[in-house]
Amino acid sequence: MSYSKVIEIFKQSATFALGKMLLEQTQDFLETIGEMGIRTWQVIWLTFRALFTGQMKWKLIIEQCSRFAVDSLPITLTIVGMVSVIISMQVAPEMVKQGGEKFIGALMAVVTARELGAVMSGFAIISMIGSSYASEIATMRVTEQIDALKVLKVNPIEYLFVPRVVAGFIMMPVVVIVSSTFGLLCSGIAAHLSAHVSRLNYVSSLWLGLYLKDIMVTLGKSACFGAAIAIISCTCGYLAYGGAKGVGLSTTKAVVWSFVAICIIDYIFATIFFF
Amino acid sequence: MSIEVKNLKKSYKGKTVLDDVSFKVEDGEILAVVGLSGAGKSTILKLICGLTKPDSGEIIVSPGDIAMVFQYSALFDSLNVFENIAFALKERKEFKNKYTDEQLKKIVDQKLKLVGLEGIEEKMPHELSGGMQKRVSFARAVVTDPKTILYDEPTAGLDPVSSTMIEDYIVRLKDEFNPASVIVTHQLSTIQRCATKVIMLYNTKIVYAGTPQDMIDGGNEYTKQFIQACIDGPMKVAGSD
Repeated sequence: MSYSKVIEIFKQSATFALGKMLLEQTQDFLETIGEMGIRTWQVIWLTFRALFTGQMKWKLIIEQCSRFAVDSLPITLTIVGMVSVIISMQVAPEMVKQGGEKFIGALMAVVTARELGAVMSGFAIISMIGSSYASEIATMRVTEQIDALKVLKVNPIEYLFVPRVVAGFIMMPVVVIVSSTFGLLCSGIAAHLSAHVSRLNYVSSLWLGLYLKDIMVTLGKSACFGAAIAIISCTCGYLAYGGAKGVGLSTTKAVVWSFVAICIIDYIFATIFFF
Repeated sequence: MSIEVKNLKKSYKGKTVLDDVSFKVEDGEILAVVGLSGAGKSTILKLICGLTKPDSGEIIVSPGDIAMVFQYSALFDSLNVFENIAFALKERKEFKNKYTDEQLKKIVDQKLKLVGLEGIEEKMPHELSGGMQKRVSFARAVVTDPKTILYDEPTAGLDPVSSTMIEDYIVRLKDEFNPASVIVTHQLSTIQRCATKVIMLYNTKIVYAGTPQDMIDGGNEYTKQFIQACIDGPMKVAGSD
């Protein structure tokens, strides 16, 4: 059998197809990572330049802040509230049985302040805001609106990315504060209803579990979450091509990448501050 | 000289789209670029306005703004008609704070009047018909008084009456601003009514260059096939073999 025939047969094999798919996925992964790195530096540079030259587009930033925080608040509160209730309903009766009634508030405070509030809000923001950023910019890409921006000599990164990333950076900590407070309130009610934990016990033990360091770390972490969600979503939208399918793929990619990014950022913060 | 293209070469993913393409367009001239779908016509416009870079060759465009009218208008769908037209004047650094709200309104009114669409400033793009969107995109394109205007299939998807209206506006913009213009089109009527010169692209090269009248009167075997819309001829549609 000739060499070319062997190559021909190999090209039709499942191994070749799998290898090719893995290679394409890896290439796509590395390209997206590279693009995100470039966009991140561009956004940082353009943000500082706009700050120091007084050319920050405050109107656009305020619009995006409102969208980021206000529009997403119902879904964020629902998710954080529900998860807090579910955890509290399961933990509170067990702790009462073990004689730990006085520590339920502290436990919920640690869980919510360190992880639950920020991560669950992040997931809610990704599904609500990140996906809409990605699909909006992807639609602009496939309908040549981004080309139109360039022809009109308006930098698309400055016009589309910077206001969204700045809004994410500023508003995510606000969302996390509001949703965490709401989560603690919901878990208190759930503890009272499921295990008859007194409100006084719950509230007084809350303060035992709340540390300033936890709150500061969570605020810093959530600001990074907000910026990361905005950069990833905008970049995925910006790289879209094709028609409706391209918009859909870029939105899916933005959501998946944002989830992964949040887990990685969370891990980095946990390692640095709590390990 | 407003646009001069010399020995232009462009490839996408290893496939050559344009090879050794050269032409000139003077101020006040309208060059029609025709050819089969996928011949690289839109690529020429993207190269001229800097949306993509050539592999080799040179593009010299006279100083001044370049405007482009996109095939599907590309109006910003989150902005209303006024904001779309005033966009460059509000967002571009060199125009920042140059115009008061009153002056902006006056400029937008003037441009809307030019395309026969007064009184629709508050409407959103999705509330307009295809022809109206196209005319708004004309108004947006000329808001900075450009020296070069590029049209990517300006009459695509429009009914014959709207197409004629668009062709009239192209001529009107030429009379008003005296720009060098390039139109990518498949429509013979657009070539006849608007163009002063024609080039035809096929298989990465220019296969015809002349006037619209010469093209219609005889041209060459490529233009004959194009005008008569014959399947048989020197040009083969991709995938038809």
